[in-house]
Amino acid sequence: MQVKEALEVTNLSVHYPGRIALDNVTLGIKSSSVVAILGSNGSGKSTFVKACLGLAPIQSGKVSIFGTDFSHFKDRDRLGYVPQQIHDSMGIPATVSEVVQSGRLSHGWLRRFTRDDKEKISHAIEVVGLKDRENDSINTLSGGQYQRTLIARALAGEPDLLFLDEPTAGVDLATQNIFAEALKHLVEGGTTVILVSHELGPLRPLIDRVIMFREGRVSFDGSPDAEAVDSHIFHDHPHSSSKPAEGWQI
Amino acid sequence: MTLFEFLEPAFMQRALLAALVVGLCAPLVGIFLVQRRLSLMGDGLGHIALTGVALGFLLQTNPVATAVIVASIGAVVVELIRAYGKTSGDVALAVLFYGGIAGGVLLIGLSSKKSNVNLLSYLFGSLTTVSRFDIALIVALALAIFVATIILKKPLFALCHDSEFAQVSGIPVKLLSMLLAVMTAVTVTIAMRVVGLLLVSALMIIPVATAQQISKSFSGTRILSAAIGAFGAVSGVIASFYLDLAPGALIVVLVISLFIFSIGFSSYTRRRSLRLQVR
Repeated sequence: MQVKEALEVTNLSVHYPGRIALDNVTLGIKSSSVVAILGSNGSGKSTFVKACLGLAPIQSGKVSIFGTDFSHFKDRDRLGYVPQQIHDSMGIPATVSEVVQSGRLSHGWLRRFTRDDKEKISHAIEVVGLKDRENDSINTLSGGQYQRTLIARALAGEPDLLFLDEPTAGVDLATQNIFAEALKHLVEGGTTVILVSHELGPLRPLIDRVIMFREGRVSFDGSPDAEAVDSHIFHDHPHSSSKPAEGWQI
Repeated sequence: MTLFEFLEPAFMQRALLAALVVGLCAPLVGIFLVQRRLSLMGDGLGHIALTGVALGFLLQTNPVATAVIVASIGAVVVELIRAYGKTSGDVALAVLFYGGIAGGVLLIGLSSKKSNVNLLSYLFGSLTTVSRFDIALIVALALAIFVATIILKKPLFALCHDSEFAQVSGIPVKLLSMLLAVMTAVTVTIAMRVVGLLLVSALMIIPVATAQQISKSFSGTRILSAAIGAFGAVSGVIASFYLDLAPGALIVVLVISLFIFSIGFSSYTRRRSLRLQVR
């Protein structure tokens, strides 16, 4: 029997010292759907993703992935993650290709890469439009190109469920379009996508459902065409505010 | 006097072999520490190794072997504090620094007076006193580290580049972090006879920082840093034979000179490439 829910979250709460980041959240996400999670800074949207992936300490509640409790979920090759990242250009040099290779480790972290692995890595780099930079150091990339490298790393793993935490934050429209194309490619293959964002931009046509967070709770769950979504984007878009938003990545 | 006069004494043959394997291995572990922003971990574990050396004197066991065990236990404790405690990594390292020195001095005080002189050879290195057992232990452990860094290259890279992504990918992040800490402890201990506990971190970090100026890939940085480490260590030992100076200090001065040269070289090539782009 095929499990319809790619992700099922029941009464999920995450508490940090002095604040409640997620408060009793319950929701399910169907397989092969594309869900955007919106909310202002500190609303709990990134904490939600981290809690689903075992990266945030869960106070109470349960997370199931493809019908299996997360603590027993072993098929990590079915999971993909693009973290919210600030580009560090002073670290140890590594090429785009070396970073993207890490994406295949979910299929076995101690084995040697096969020809198939190498093809998948090369294809992922091509999909994000970095083929001509694959042997360049990530220290020489712009913020947008680095973000594309991280997206290619997730694509290389060919996940069935992909979490993206603000993948288009601070990147130009051209990069957002490349990302939208890459996402379309994945969605056509049946991947479930959970995308944390401040705005939908060129991704809007791909989104099936929008979930909005406010003060750690779900404040809206429905169609991307709903008025509430436009109103959120208008009010909460970091660039629409007169004050610079905290945590916005440039 | 022959060209290879330095190879004639048996102690120099042992010293050169120890310098070669330690020079090769120290940067292979150090690269992951630099990538993970834990460059000073080698120093902290060096201080713990001092307690191990002192314990060896007190119990009249081999100081290198005792230091390997004590430093490895220290490494595991630091990782447990980092992973489960409410203490940050740098505070855990600070506790190591002071606890290690204090433990070493206390245990030396409890052992014979002769140990004070011997202790200096561990603090600043003394290749001429490396015994046959020491060299066998150093080569065996260096080989184990060399093989481990090759087998674990990809998962360790993933862990040090982005630990959250590595965790989601199913890489055993806590186990690998602990393994890296133990590999660091072992490297520090086998390198203490070559450069001394106070300078050991230099051989792990400076060749990496040097290679980082020149290479653009992780693999390139890894290979180049190991080559720089081996060249610096062997050249330093040979120079110490002729100049009658402490090999540890000479090795560190040599690798620092290479680092300064690499900064100049990198700056020159960057300017040259910019000029070519403008034309």
